[in-house]
Amino acid sequence: MSARHLYVHLPFCASRCGYCDFVTVVGQDGRHAAYVAALLAELELEREALAPRLESVFLGGGTPTLTEPGALARLLRALPPAEEVTVEANPETVTPELAALLRESGVTRLSLGAQSFQPRLLEVLERRARPGDVRRAFSLLREAGFDNLSLDLIYGIPGQSVADLEDDLSEALALEPEHVSAYELEAKPGTRFTYAHGPELARQADAMESYFERVVARLTEAGYRWYETANFCRAGSRDLRSRHNLAYWRGRDYLGLGIGAVSTIAGLRWRTTPRLGRYLASLQSGERPERELEELPAQVQSSERVLLGLRLDEPLSLAGLGDAVDATALERLERLGLVARAGGGLTLTERGRFLGGGVTAELLA
Amino acid sequence: MEQALIRNFSIIAHIDHGKSTLADRILELTDTVTGRDMRAQVLDSMELERERGITIKAQAVRVTWKGHELNLIDTPGHVDFTYEVSRSLQACEGALLVVDAAQGIEAQTVANAYLAIENDLEIVPVVNKIDLPSANPDGAAAEIAELVGDTAEHVLRISAKTGDGIAEVLDAIVERIPPPAGEPQAPPRALIFDSSYDQYRGVVAFVRVVDGSFSAREPLRAMAQGTRFESEEVGFFSPTMRAAESLGAGEVGYVITGLKDVSRLRVGDTLTSERTPAAEPLPGYKDVKPMVFAGLFPTDSDDYPDLRDALERLKLNDAALFYEPETSQALGFGFRCGFLGLLHMEIVRERLEREFDLDLIVTAPNVAYRVLTKSGEEVEVHNPSEMPREIERVEEPYIKASIIVPKDHVGQVMELNTERRGRFDHMEYLSEERVLLVYELPLAEIVLDYYDQLTSRTRGYASFDYDVIGFREGKLERVDVLIAGEPVDALSLIVHRDGAYARGRMLVDRLREEIPRQFFDVPVQAAIGSRVIARETIKAKRKDVLAKCYGGDISRKRKLLEQQKKGKKRMKQVGSVEVPQEAFLAVLNLDGNKK
Repeated sequence: MSARHLYVHLPFCASRCGYCDFVTVVGQDGRHAAYVAALLAELELEREALAPRLESVFLGGGTPTLTEPGALARLLRALPPAEEVTVEANPETVTPELAALLRESGVTRLSLGAQSFQPRLLEVLERRARPGDVRRAFSLLREAGFDNLSLDLIYGIPGQSVADLEDDLSEALALEPEHVSAYELEAKPGTRFTYAHGPELARQADAMESYFERVVARLTEAGYRWYETANFCRAGSRDLRSRHNLAYWRGRDYLGLGIGAVSTIAGLRWRTTPRLGRYLASLQSGERPERELEELPAQVQSSERVLLGLRLDEPLSLAGLGDAVDATALERLERLGLVARAGGGLTLTERGRFLGGGVTAELLA
Repeated sequence: MEQALIRNFSIIAHIDHGKSTLADRILELTDTVTGRDMRAQVLDSMELERERGITIKAQAVRVTWKGHELNLIDTPGHVDFTYEVSRSLQACEGALLVVDAAQGIEAQTVANAYLAIENDLEIVPVVNKIDLPSANPDGAAAEIAELVGDTAEHVLRISAKTGDGIAEVLDAIVERIPPPAGEPQAPPRALIFDSSYDQYRGVVAFVRVVDGSFSAREPLRAMAQGTRFESEEVGFFSPTMRAAESLGAGEVGYVITGLKDVSRLRVGDTLTSERTPAAEPLPGYKDVKPMVFAGLFPTDSDDYPDLRDALERLKLNDAALFYEPETSQALGFGFRCGFLGLLHMEIVRERLEREFDLDLIVTAPNVAYRVLTKSGEEVEVHNPSEMPREIERVEEPYIKASIIVPKDHVGQVMELNTERRGRFDHMEYLSEERVLLVYELPLAEIVLDYYDQLTSRTRGYASFDYDVIGFREGKLERVDVLIAGEPVDALSLIVHRDGAYARGRMLVDRLREEIPRQFFDVPVQAAIGSRVIARETIKAKRKDVLAKCYGGDISRKRKLLEQQKKGKKRMKQVGSVEVPQEAFLAVLNLDGNKK
């Protein structure tokens, strides 16, 4: 078994946004080169886990585009070629030089973290980019020849009104991105953000209940396909779904490189240490960095297939997954019009997709 | 012992008026216990009694004073235990009526004094705590003399704490209380006034011998129940168990029966000898009817057998406790238990939790109802969900409540009683400052939070006691709660018509807060018959998604869903609606209702 999908984590950020819970590193500019060297060393150690031809590579962060350009270029050139190569970018980091570098290095797709177009809300999120940065980055990338751009939006921001949300959607649509990811803000317990904004979010909870519906309605009306719970792509002859992310939702194996990165291959999942120092030290001495292992028994793998597969708009084939689904719950959910069965496959109805978490929890045996 | 030299007496006192301390001093002064062995309050042996300052179980101790045998029979102080008090009193010829010199007479003192008078007991009035700086011995003596129809000069004034006046109390017992009258030569008869269960020796009966005598190794019979056994040992407490050759007429002591099943020996029954049986049993006690009912359910359904065993054990020592299995849709398997009153219920619950280490859900209490159905059938209902829907007439228990308050709080008490459907009976001034108010109230009106209300409205100055006086017709309605159209048995209640709307509204509001939103709208209704009196809708959820889920998130999201799934499994299914047990508890639980 070998993975056809590769994730590479680039943790460096100029500052940490309050709501973020990814593994990030701030103020370690001097270590970019060392980190990239370590990534490449790790790649060599894991090479046999990768298929000779990859379908997708995804550089996520952190802020991958903050990585020192020389190091970033070295990394991109050293990575195995793939049909889809996506890099996450923060709008304020996009320059003509960066756009050219990415283009020359085989990147096919950019995912821009716009989040919102309201300066006030960007401040709440502690984002550095201003609305102008998003528009500017977009045109720079277009000029550089990128024809597959994705925008990230966040809704449910403290203080976000319905008008703010509608305006964000209009601004996003005006840029005509090939792909949009729209996430509800998650205020994770214990974070600085939740401490600061939790009470306000709780007050707004009722008012914001309709935001998800609005997001879906606006984007689908504008001709986007709601292909995954939080992801949309322009419908048409080109399949603009994120191939890399589809691999996760379809339960494919993937290899992750870098601190805090997760891999899942042949029923085994592991997470590399999130500690930069240890990661670098291990790889400098030619050893694998520490990892946290999780075995996935067949039953768990089936459950995950259901929980991931039902996020998609395509039917989930239940072949071999029968044990993972509670038949009584399935019937009840069908009666409630939340789940539909067709030709051995299972999909959520539109309403079922809005309630996908709860529906899946109930459906799992 | 010659009967003329025997005195049997009880001590009647309000909680904290010093009964136990007085008992301790009596034991000390009569050298029944040495100073070194003296634990304060020897008589209150149960852990719970010590903590609450309430004596639950009667016990008897023999002391010797100036050539006399004095048997002190302990009585519970609280009104819920009227039944036990009367049991104890039937074994005596006299009672010390103890009143706190600083507090004066309390409602419980009044009730228990009347009980003693009804039992033809010689009352020795005692004012205790005369050493307190705030003591008003003259005032208290005047109140107590007035109550028992005696003169203030005749009232003893003591301090159990300092020991002042204890000898005079013992002298008064000898002088004023008559010796027992019984036939020493007649076939033996003894009244079982209490019993206890010993793991090794079986049922121990506490008896008052009336006629004849009892000894060890003698075939005996409980006359009413017909249970036969051989006495393994007879004896008395002084203060620990001491075996004796025999217990003679007029004496108080114990009989070890060797019986392993407590239900075979009932308190109130008469013991006699198999060889020379008595013709007639002694007048026993009326079987007390429990008036307050509540469901007891184990929090963990696996504990059901433990709860059953524990109730069985408690019942051995608590004849008044009633229980029968109950199955609730919401709470599973448990027991519907009947209690003499609220304190009795609280004590049973605490003993179950403390002595048997059980975690319990206690539903809101209700009273017993007598129902005449449209078909002419008469039924007694202990559980609102069993209330027939076609009702001709319902009767509910009424109480006569005695409330003593400082005169400044009379208004607040009257207001409370009016709200609770009370009927004013009369009012009297016990002194210039203190007023006795007598009301008739439906028992149902005091079972929920009457004590709390009375206490808070009178800033803790009121004392309260009641006696059940019988059943009366009431304009009562059965209110049902429906979740998504399904009636929920555990939530039905019986309320007075005037309060039905408010209670229904309260229940519906609470449930709307407690039941999580579902995939569909859930109407929650309170209804009388088919008439809906309150309605709320729990709106369907509009979104319930895990926002993002990529390669690094999968394990965590899976665990989240597993948690969610587990949570669902803990829920109770009412029709198609999943209701967390906590929601029922919030509505049902006694503690929840105090909020």
